[in-house]
Amino acid sequence: MTQRRQFLMNTAALAATAALPLGARAQGAPAIKVGVLHPVTGALAYSGNLSRLGAQIALDEINAAGGIKSMGGVKLAALLGDAQSKPEVGVAEVEKMNEQGASAIVGSYASAICLATTQAAAKYNIPHVVDVGVADQIVTRGLKNTFRFGPGYKITTEAAINNLHIMNTVARKPAKTVMIIHEESLFGTGTANLLASQLPGMGYEVKEIVKHANPTRDFNNIVLKMKSINPDIVIPANYYNEYALLLRTMKQQNVTPKAVFSVLGGAASSFKFVKEFADAANGVIDVNHWYNPKDKRAQALRKKVEAMPGQFYTYEVFLNYQCMYLLADAIERAKSSKREDIINALASSTWDKHFMPYGPTKFVNGQNTGAAPLTLQVLKGDIKVILPNTFAETEPVFPWKV
Amino acid sequence: MKSDEKAYPPPAMLDPAILFASVLNGLTTGAVYALIALGLTLIYGVLHIINFAHGAALMMALYGVYFLHEKLGLDPYVSLPIMVPAMFVAGYALYRGVIARASHGKDENILLITLGLSIMLENAALYFFKSDTLTIDTAYTLSTVNIFGAMIAVPKMVAFFGALATTAVLLLVIGKTSLGRAIRACAKERQGARLVGINVDHVFAMSFGIGLACLGAAACFLLPAYYVNPQVGNGFVLIAFTIVVLGGMGSFVGALIGGFLIGVVESVGGLLLGESLGQIGIFVIFIIVLLFRPQGLFGARA
Amino acid sequence: MRSLASIAVLVLAVGLLPLFVSSGVTLGFVTMVLYATLLGQAWNILGGFGGQFSFGHAVFFGTGAYAMAVLQMRFGLNAWAALPCAIALGGVAGTLLGALSFRYGLRGSYFALVTLAFAEVFRILANTFDFTGAGVGLQLPLQEGAAQLQFATETGYLYLALALATVSLLFAWWLKHSRYGAWLAAVRDNEDSAAALGVNAFRVKLVAITVSGALMAAGGAFYVQKFHYIDPHLAYGAPISVEALLSAIIGGMGTVFGPLLGAVVLHGLGELTRNSLSSTPGASLVIYGALLVLIIMFMPRGIAGLFEGKR
Repeated sequence: MTQRRQFLMNTAALAATAALPLGARAQGAPAIKVGVLHPVTGALAYSGNLSRLGAQIALDEINAAGGIKSMGGVKLAALLGDAQSKPEVGVAEVEKMNEQGASAIVGSYASAICLATTQAAAKYNIPHVVDVGVADQIVTRGLKNTFRFGPGYKITTEAAINNLHIMNTVARKPAKTVMIIHEESLFGTGTANLLASQLPGMGYEVKEIVKHANPTRDFNNIVLKMKSINPDIVIPANYYNEYALLLRTMKQQNVTPKAVFSVLGGAASSFKFVKEFADAANGVIDVNHWYNPKDKRAQALRKKVEAMPGQFYTYEVFLNYQCMYLLADAIERAKSSKREDIINALASSTWDKHFMPYGPTKFVNGQNTGAAPLTLQVLKGDIKVILPNTFAETEPVFPWKV
Repeated sequence: MKSDEKAYPPPAMLDPAILFASVLNGLTTGAVYALIALGLTLIYGVLHIINFAHGAALMMALYGVYFLHEKLGLDPYVSLPIMVPAMFVAGYALYRGVIARASHGKDENILLITLGLSIMLENAALYFFKSDTLTIDTAYTLSTVNIFGAMIAVPKMVAFFGALATTAVLLLVIGKTSLGRAIRACAKERQGARLVGINVDHVFAMSFGIGLACLGAAACFLLPAYYVNPQVGNGFVLIAFTIVVLGGMGSFVGALIGGFLIGVVESVGGLLLGESLGQIGIFVIFIIVLLFRPQGLFGARA
Repeated sequence: MRSLASIAVLVLAVGLLPLFVSSGVTLGFVTMVLYATLLGQAWNILGGFGGQFSFGHAVFFGTGAYAMAVLQMRFGLNAWAALPCAIALGGVAGTLLGALSFRYGLRGSYFALVTLAFAEVFRILANTFDFTGAGVGLQLPLQEGAAQLQFATETGYLYLALALATVSLLFAWWLKHSRYGAWLAAVRDNEDSAAALGVNAFRVKLVAITVSGALMAAGGAFYVQKFHYIDPHLAYGAPISVEALLSAIIGGMGTVFGPLLGAVVLHGLGELTRNSLSSTPGASLVIYGALLVLIIMFMPRGIAGLFEGKR
């Protein structure tokens, strides 16, 4: 009797082992390695670290939810890389990730670094999901491994011009003159060139284009010029520090245009800026990467990030978060950790489980064609979507009344 | 104005009110530059070294002011009597503990040491304080003073007078005290100073300490109108060097006037040539001074 | 002759390396070390052998880089034709800068600062004119193939860097063994007494800065071919000037192999600290900086100084 029972128990145990859920078995299988490459030191450290944070949150969530289910719950493992804000270091990191067996790379924030890393990854056919990198050259070079989830600066600037025109037309065209203030590198200059070439055709006079260095230590001069020109609309295209200084100086000098309307504005869609400079930020409009405000997952992530000490919910965070999910979806469908398979899965991606206002993904030449920015305005200490109407949370306040 | 330029819109730079405001703004910005250059010119004048860690030291001082404000609620100007001695001690210790030991008396080594130090400090700040850009909010951050129609931010006015006061104190210390006499002796002839019994290493360390103490003051005046992050110092290093050369290496009055001059050139140049190209004025002056008057405007021929 | 043999061994060893090693990391590392050697040697020729410290070698690097990109993109030149032009332009930049600053007798830190200022002026100019792509920079079109001096694999770049670095090493070797090199050393040690012995100090320094500028420009041209993108900060920014002087001084100034040793140590340290501390931003560079200070503290004559005994 006891022998028989013992036998039964043993058989049961054996059966149980054989019937182990796939997930548990996969714990023995090697994790799929994903390169997470950002400039976490050097001049771009702030954005780089936020980017890394977003990617890591997503990766942890994916693993906590059971990993890649089509492959029996195999986990994702991050290979962290630091591009040190230099393209050549980014390339060295890609080489390293290649040899560590990265199945894919997510990164690498700045346009100049993305240009270098996507190409280095192309040598080894490593799929490279571009998180931000708004320069359009990144996706126009025919690299088959490169996929940009978000919009480039051409799409963004065009959306900005259209939305500005819509707002102005609805308000019976109070704004006629424009002053553009941009930082001197790829992003600011490219944006300013596009604006300057398209705005006159829509009936706006571009009175002045001011280019400034990074860092610019003092904005009084630019604001003095602004005072004498007295433009209806001020369009800044620069990074956080300069953006913040510019708006503070405008406040000090008491310059109040009908709108501050920025494109990919360093600070206007930053909760940090809104919190620290509530006065200067009030009323500012920005066209930027943004999530669908009606999506609960976007709000849940915001809560999660804001619960972390000293962290803010920025576009770097949620874009990288979504890029990691985009990649996980591709791996899920590819049922493989092979680079070629993941590239094919990304190329045929119709992923719609994200909270960005893009619709299902569709990549043409590596660009997600549905990607588009939203137009936001700082109102009552919060950032609200004002255009396009599908996603709008509130009406734009334009022209801004002091 | 060139005749072929468009007659409209009316050229903004010719408006005297704007020009006046721009000059005033240049003076107040220049005051902050002068404060940073004062420390550098002392270190350069006495030790004949190019201190690459000057920007990193300014960054540390700015963090000091920031944390005094955030943790203890101290107003940046109230922090002056804490930051100045603290930076002095840090400078003295840094010189004695690291620079003097590691340099073996070779100038190119001191250069590399300060370079290594600046890499360390910048990244230590990144490690401990994170890469965030930090600002403080004071009651007067956004206040301005109206001077004949030109709006000047209160923190910049304070910095202007702060720079004057700091220069006066430095002139007193160097001109009237026995320490000052020793510093002057070492600056002129270090072997001779050693022979007459001056502890040269101590004097060098004191000079380095005073140089950094100036940064402590500069940080207190700068932060209310600016920000701090690990890279913040880099933006000031080159401009400070320019001022030191322009004013004459080792000359405090030169640094003060050089600071004002560079501030005004930058400001008015920016107005006339555009912000980005306007910076060229600074470096063209720099090169011309180096070529034709390397002792600077106020320096004695080395 | 021993150094000449060492250079031959180095060329042979690196030349055969791709036959045995296929790791992109290793080949990439060796390529970047050779590239850093080239930059370091360019600086060393003027700074180490000639005693003229420059803080603005980026001015030559950027000139080479922009010349390479502009000649191909705006004038349709083939990369192989653009390369010697870029190098020559770097040399011309060196001659001009040298003529100006040496004519006015700038020495020591004054010379260092004037080079720094020139690099800044060029950075701002490159930032301003459409000719150089202004702030947007220039993106070299991707056309892989040896005929375009672009390579699909790391090996091609390895050989290009090896060729350029070897030229720089051979020139340094020649400096050690030629009459001109002796004049340059005399000027470095004491310009006034060299002049008293009949050495034309001005001309000697001018040759040094010309060669130095040309080699540095070769580095810039290499950078553009390898990374396909250049902007004003990458070309004329302070980091590149620092990179050049670091490997030369750490390795040992005025020695043939100093820049090579310095490049190996600096890049090795950089890789090591970056790989071991990738999850804590900043920590790796703190250690890198500290090691830099320690090296200077304990090897005041550079790494090459360890091998040479007392001078």
